[in-house]
Amino acid sequence: MSNAPKSLFQKVWDAHTVRELPSGQTQLFIGTHLIHEVTSPQAFAMIRELGVPVRFPNRTFATVDHIIPTDDQSRPFSDELAEAMMTEIERNCRDHGIQFFGPESGAQGIVHVIGPELGLTQPGMTIACGDSHTATHGAFGAIAFGIGTSQVRDLLATQTMAMAPLKVRRIEVTGELKPGVFAKDVILAIIRELGVNGGVGYAYEYAGEVFDRMTMEERMTVCNMAIEGGARCGYVNPDQTTIEYLRGRRFSPSEDEFEAKAAEWLALASDEGCHYDDVVTIDGSKIEPSVTWGIHPGHNLGVSEAIPGPSEVPDDDRAGVEEALEYMDFSAGANISGIPIDVAFIGSCTNGRISDLREAAKVARTGKVKDGVRALVVPGSVAVQKQAEEEGLPAIFTAAGFQWREPGCSMCLAMNPDKLQGREVCASSSNRNFKGRQGSPSGRTLLMSPAMVAAAAIAGEVVDVRKVATED
Amino acid sequence: MSNDTLIKIEKIDGRGCVVRGDDVDTDRIIPARFMKEVTFDTMGEHAFEDARKDAKGEHPLDQERFKGSSILVVGQNFGCGSSREHAPQALMRFGFQAFIGGSFAEIFFGNCTALGLPCVTLSPEDLSAVMDAVELDPEQNVEIDVQSSKVRCRAGEFEAGIPAGTRKMLLEGSWDATRVLLEAGDQIEQTAAALPYVQLPA
Ligand code: SF4
Repeated sequence: MSNAPKSLFQKVWDAHTVRELPSGQTQLFIGTHLIHEVTSPQAFAMIRELGVPVRFPNRTFATVDHIIPTDDQSRPFSDELAEAMMTEIERNCRDHGIQFFGPESGAQGIVHVIGPELGLTQPGMTIACGDSHTATHGAFGAIAFGIGTSQVRDLLATQTMAMAPLKVRRIEVTGELKPGVFAKDVILAIIRELGVNGGVGYAYEYAGEVFDRMTMEERMTVCNMAIEGGARCGYVNPDQTTIEYLRGRRFSPSEDEFEAKAAEWLALASDEGCHYDDVVTIDGSKIEPSVTWGIHPGHNLGVSEAIPGPSEVPDDDRAGVEEALEYMDFSAGANISGIPIDVAFIGSCTNGRISDLREAAKVARTGKVKDGVRALVVPGSVAVQKQAEEEGLPAIFTAAGFQWREPGCSMCLAMNPDKLQGREVCASSSNRNFKGRQGSPSGRTLLMSPAMVAAAAIAGEVVDVRKVATED
Repeated sequence: MSNDTLIKIEKIDGRGCVVRGDDVDTDRIIPARFMKEVTFDTMGEHAFEDARKDAKGEHPLDQERFKGSSILVVGQNFGCGSSREHAPQALMRFGFQAFIGGSFAEIFFGNCTALGLPCVTLSPEDLSAVMDAVELDPEQNVEIDVQSSKVRCRAGEFEAGIPAGTRKMLLEGSWDATRVLLEAGDQIEQTAAALPYVQLPA
């Protein structure tokens, strides 16, 4: 073993390497496999066809999030297809001895919210899930990949998958964030800077003073959207914040073992002087509350800026900008602030955690949802829902005219009944503003932080959350 | 398991269909509302559904001249967005067996390879030549030669980009990853046993 300094990525990769495959890819062991109802049923069907069992049922965990209704969750669901998917995952988990965090378990929620909450997500693990936002778990110094259904099949059958090693880019965000600027704005700024394809072939290591100060939930928001920047995964090196978060969680190491484990976790952080394929520095103090105006997350700008025109962007982006302006029906040169909205959505695996709801509630306290605006708050999990109830947040939201819903993915991708209608414009705390993403083929999505969504709901238009006077 | 089911992919040929435009994301290839299925069986019917509705019968997938084509020719960054395998599944079940493009999103590319659907890239000039040629004469045969990394059609023979590892997997039939991974046998348990957090059942 060489003592050359290594990045966390390299350490985790090496520890999980089973062998090199004839293709030159690595066969990588995956410590935690998370599954949900949408991308797993076909994979179970495939291993049944192959006649092989689930290799590590004790390292596979399931929940239901994408299709679950957020108003009435009683069974059978009114949507027959949703009910069929639910029945299928229940059956597959039962047949294969996989732990299922369904609604009755009290631990149901969006897969990327419950993993960390339960302590299933730990530093130094490899994690995979048939869902593109699996990078969320990287906030803990885990290496976490979103995968396709055939890889879900591979994992069920072997707990391993074939992957080519990645390059590592360190992204340092220096300085201090201004008030009203959140983790969501940091990741939008990173994507704006590096582009939606800038991360292809890379793992992103997020670092610098801004990340050092962030809570785990904030780190999760940033890692969550690594994929929107094209990176295969993103992570933050484990530190004391990581350790304190994990203390006492259901699947965390027991009290006697905890300190020893914590020391091991800290030692996983990238070594001083290790090799990075690229290093990028971003000045955190210059980041503004950000809003997307187009049809991919790279189409974003600071709230005080004007929507760009095709002539203001590099040649390669021109066609995309034209297409976005046409789809959104926005004019180049118009201010993003002041754009009217019809719907406000607070939730998703990006921003559906308790700290997100607290920030949104601070804003919700300052007024009432504008007439004609439909505003939804959807907690990311049952645990978030319960915590919010303990803190009295639902009452604040409902008094302001927001609907308080049951946990799920909801309008992030609208596979359940929560959908945009027609050309509606939605201020959304989710992660994707692709055409048709929120359930209406012509619906329009503006991504922003939960506080900005709450402010937009009240104003009925995009506003700078820094101009809303909240207490504290 | 024996090796006789390994399918080697050396060459794909057939008629082409051109879908122009860059950054075509998976939501466009298969809108999420059609994913509420426990099998992939119906995915083919919904390939590009919203784009096709918008185009009112004029979408390439609906044009008579491209009927029965098996090779889809696309622009840059095709298949970006979500990890959903529903996207390649939809296109495969619609009838496509391979893709020629400027570039492909990584997960889409990986999902395609795992289904035995080659994705090969061409330089912008060559891509535009192939697109023009196929649109001009959709009846012609388009050939993807995995063995020699070439694309051939009436417009000529072009150097195609295909990563060495992927090419090897297609040629050897080892794109069927599960089979290859299972061959590791006990080595999987050995790797797991060395990890600090994995307790194997006694
Ligand atoms: S909240 Fe949205 S992005 Fe996250 S897992 Fe659910 S659908 Fe995917």
